[in-house]
Amino acid sequence: MTFVTPKSKHGDASDGNLGGRLSRIDGPEKITGRATYAIEHQIEGLVYAVTVQSTIAAGTVKSVDSKAAEASPGVLLVLTPDNITHLKSATTWAGTPGPEGPFLALPKTVRFNGQHVVAVVAETLEQATAAAALIKVSYEETEHVYGLEDPKAGEGVPIDPMTKSWGDAETAFAEAPVRIEQEYKTPREYNVAIEPHGIIAQWEGDKLTLWEPSQWVDGMARSYAEWFGIPFENVRMISPYIGGGFGSKALSLPHGAVAAIAARMLGKPVKLAVTRPQTFTAYGGRPATRQTLALGATKEGKLLSIIQHGVNETSKLGMAVEPLGSVTAIMYAVPNFSSRQNVIPLNTVTPGALRAPGENPSAFGIESAIDELAYEIGMDPLEIRLLNYAEEDPHAKIPWSTRQLREAFAEGAKAFGWSKRTPAPRSMRDGNQLIGWGVAAGTYPVRRTPGEALVRILADGTAEVASSSIDMGQGTYTILAQTAAEVLGIPVDRIRVKLGDSALPRAPVAGGSQLANLMTGAVHKAALAAREELIGLALNHPNSPFLDLQLNTLTIADGTISTPRGERADISIADFMQHIGQEKIETLRDTLPEEKKNTVDRYNNFTTMMAMKSPTEGGYSLHSWCAHFVEVRVDEDFGTVRVSRMVSALDSGRLYNPKLAESQWRGGIIMGIGQALLEEGIIDPRNARVINNNLGDYLVATNADIPDLQVISVGIPDHHASVLGGKAVGELPIVGVAPAIANAVFHATGKRIRDLPITLDKIL
Amino acid sequence: MKNFSYLRAHSADEARKAAALAGNMVLAGGTTLLDLAKCGIAEPDTVVDITHLAGLDGIEVDETQASIGALARMSAVADHPAIQKAFPAVAESLALAASAQIRNMATIGGNLLQRTRCSYFRDAAVFPACNKRHPGSGCSALGGVTRNHAVLGTSDACIAGYPGDLAVALVAFDAIVHLGERQVAVDDFFQLPGNTPDREHAFERGEIITAVTIPASAAARRSTYIKVRDRQSYEFAAASAAVGLELEADGTTVRDIRIALGGVATKPWRARTVEAALIGKVLEPELVRKASLLVMEGAIDHGANHYKIDLAPRVITRAVLKMGGLA
Repeated sequence: MTFVTPKSKHGDASDGNLGGRLSRIDGPEKITGRATYAIEHQIEGLVYAVTVQSTIAAGTVKSVDSKAAEASPGVLLVLTPDNITHLKSATTWAGTPGPEGPFLALPKTVRFNGQHVVAVVAETLEQATAAAALIKVSYEETEHVYGLEDPKAGEGVPIDPMTKSWGDAETAFAEAPVRIEQEYKTPREYNVAIEPHGIIAQWEGDKLTLWEPSQWVDGMARSYAEWFGIPFENVRMISPYIGGGFGSKALSLPHGAVAAIAARMLGKPVKLAVTRPQTFTAYGGRPATRQTLALGATKEGKLLSIIQHGVNETSKLGMAVEPLGSVTAIMYAVPNFSSRQNVIPLNTVTPGALRAPGENPSAFGIESAIDELAYEIGMDPLEIRLLNYAEEDPHAKIPWSTRQLREAFAEGAKAFGWSKRTPAPRSMRDGNQLIGWGVAAGTYPVRRTPGEALVRILADGTAEVASSSIDMGQGTYTILAQTAAEVLGIPVDRIRVKLGDSALPRAPVAGGSQLANLMTGAVHKAALAAREELIGLALNHPNSPFLDLQLNTLTIADGTISTPRGERADISIADFMQHIGQEKIETLRDTLPEEKKNTVDRYNNFTTMMAMKSPTEGGYSLHSWCAHFVEVRVDEDFGTVRVSRMVSALDSGRLYNPKLAESQWRGGIIMGIGQALLEEGIIDPRNARVINNNLGDYLVATNADIPDLQVISVGIPDHHASVLGGKAVGELPIVGVAPAIANAVFHATGKRIRDLPITLDKIL
Repeated sequence: MKNFSYLRAHSADEARKAAALAGNMVLAGGTTLLDLAKCGIAEPDTVVDITHLAGLDGIEVDETQASIGALARMSAVADHPAIQKAFPAVAESLALAASAQIRNMATIGGNLLQRTRCSYFRDAAVFPACNKRHPGSGCSALGGVTRNHAVLGTSDACIAGYPGDLAVALVAFDAIVHLGERQVAVDDFFQLPGNTPDREHAFERGEIITAVTIPASAAARRSTYIKVRDRQSYEFAAASAAVGLELEADGTTVRDIRIALGGVATKPWRARTVEAALIGKVLEPELVRKASLLVMEGAIDHGANHYKIDLAPRVITRAVLKMGGLA
């Protein structure tokens, strides 16, 4: 059987097919307030839980005085470290066994300031909040370590799998004619999604339903199942919309366990909404990092050696590694290289993923350092990057699948007007505004995990796509509808996409910028099968109007089945379905390799990250690339830095929907501007408290901080990277923004800021 | 947030009577009250809503003064053409304050009563010591992270910074706060912390701000408000300055100058020593730079906020030179 490609209308703004600039199909629901987010779900008999967080950094909960809270109006339950159910330890996201011993959602041992230690459940949120304020916790305090700068922090633990080396970096550096060596630091940063964490938990017998914003309903459902010792199938997690996650909503967290425990104890559905201040310690955010970079080069700027040593903070309980060598090892062609990393356990909540974990601070280091080297030898910062361009993956020593970074530099430089730059620092000004231009590159790997999708053509000629994958604003609903529309030949407005429910066909984590590629792949496969079945029925079904024509192919476009040369009148899919008396055509397909389709591998594929392929598996090194060009204006008296112009050229391979991809790119760039200039978790050394735990004091960029952002796609379809040719989109754009800004600030002021954020007091 | 009762006042007298009871708090715009209630800092027994009182939201400007009702919204004053013309620093201070959403809700009376953004003041569960909240309990900011704390007007009891913008402009132009019949100069309305940082305003329980008047002057007419901060919008000032300037007929000699600082002191800070050093002088950049430094005499920093000592005089300098047509 052969297929005819459906007629498409690429380029039209309303284009419903893949590659078209269709607006988000969930947009109207969101902007009119009709979209019901997970914890807005209305449910009979709902009661409310509020947690009390620790006010010390380290020690033990000695006692909890809950008498006043229990006597407070509406209070149903006070959970403390003494009376809370001990859960079983759950498998980690990596698929390894969880820590030994039970999982304690409200531990007696306090390891960080802001740890949940008590929870109060009441008839109303207000009652629970008021009662929680009456809880008195006595602690036995012990010594704490507040941050990387704490003299007690020490050198930490080496993480050997992070070690990368080739050649003889030490000797080559020692012998290099030009050497620079500097330390770069990034602070604790938080995800601050505009929708804070929260959950509704409801038990019916041994079945648990959870409404919770989630980047991974299957993985999180598994944690709950294992915590409570119930079958995975008994847990249903529902997460229809997510108000931003940026990595913070991929794993089950203690507050979720608290809600589920309370719901079971009370026999009532329980809602627990984490408050904004509490989110700063309910989830970890990006750990603070510190790295030294030594670059050795020839006088002409050719790199001879890179030596890196990095550390990141982690908690006393969990191991979080922010891979600082990830960009360092692949950005430039260098014959000698060494990178090592330690982690330092502190009294802090276990750090987690925040947009481009690893690549982000890694790029701040290497992309600042290469800029310093450029000035050291008097070379244009763009030129030195091209001089050291890596033609193959310098670490894996295999070819890139595609690397449009040279094109990104060229296109970006042209649009920005880089050639008009005057090289000397402080050489451009407008009154008391010092003007600086900076450039930096970024990269993010292509991660790959198999997916699964169901496509259903219905009797009315519409179709459905179903998957447990999620849409947190990146556009999953839209591009999956476009994928199905393209393959099925059914207009996109007649495709319904159902997502965010663990009862649906399975999906791995929406993290690592993998979801769009793997889910368009799975939907494409399922839709092809559905289309094949439809055409098969049209050719062969006894009641088909085409049966007598003896054709071997038919065309489907715009919801209509046509014969190749007009042998017979067109018929709509709905009419055809009526002719043959069939209610639906349903195809469920996955992209698992044959040997991984067994029950155990399937389960692990979707509920852990075990099956995620490394970007170098398969003979090619798969990465997205970008180049950011930034103009800053620095007030020479005040030290304030404003980004006044920015051009970014990005290679994310093929874009399934350029409008949405550009939107994600801009979002990442905006987040990067905030990271460069504003964001910093401020910790009081005396008790390791995050003292700016609110959106008034933890500053993210506002509209006023963001100039018009020009983004240029330089990607080409990369079929080594994914079935349909896309590469990573969501995490790429933030990588390289901070160093591009720091480099521009140096060009403007002659001051090199090596610790983020670049606040005015550092410039003054 | 604890439960509270709600009383809608139908007259100013009723409001005063209710507000006089310990534990009761007045609701004007609510942007500060709600925020502090959520932090557990404000725990009113009764919220006395004065927003329905008639005649308190007027804005009148004539040759002698501006009279602004206590319930006038920040955005309404900022956008008022006569205010913009006769008191540009006042309009600018409002336009640069808070966010558009807050400016549309918050009132002028409430604005004057906003509390400090000291993190230690706002986090009572973790930092019980705060002389503002509990006189005599100590100051958690001392020895803590002080990047946003005051360098002027501090005491051993409190180093919390005054966060507002409008009052800085009002202090520069000798505005009067009307508490019904009683009138208080705005500079006196804001109190230094001394040993009583809990007492922030010259204001008795049961009094209600009814209006603010600002005397018209040539300096007010030629004025500006410059606010410096890391974030372009919706952030409190690292340092700010309200400056008004009147020149002699020669166009270069200072006849009258008004300077007040925000973001660096425990109250809106009138820079009288700088003013005195410039009155009668020919305006000239080096002179202004030197004179501006005088404002920091006696400043005490706590390390992380040292930059304010360098920054604030530069803000004054920029504002003065801008008004003098020299920047």
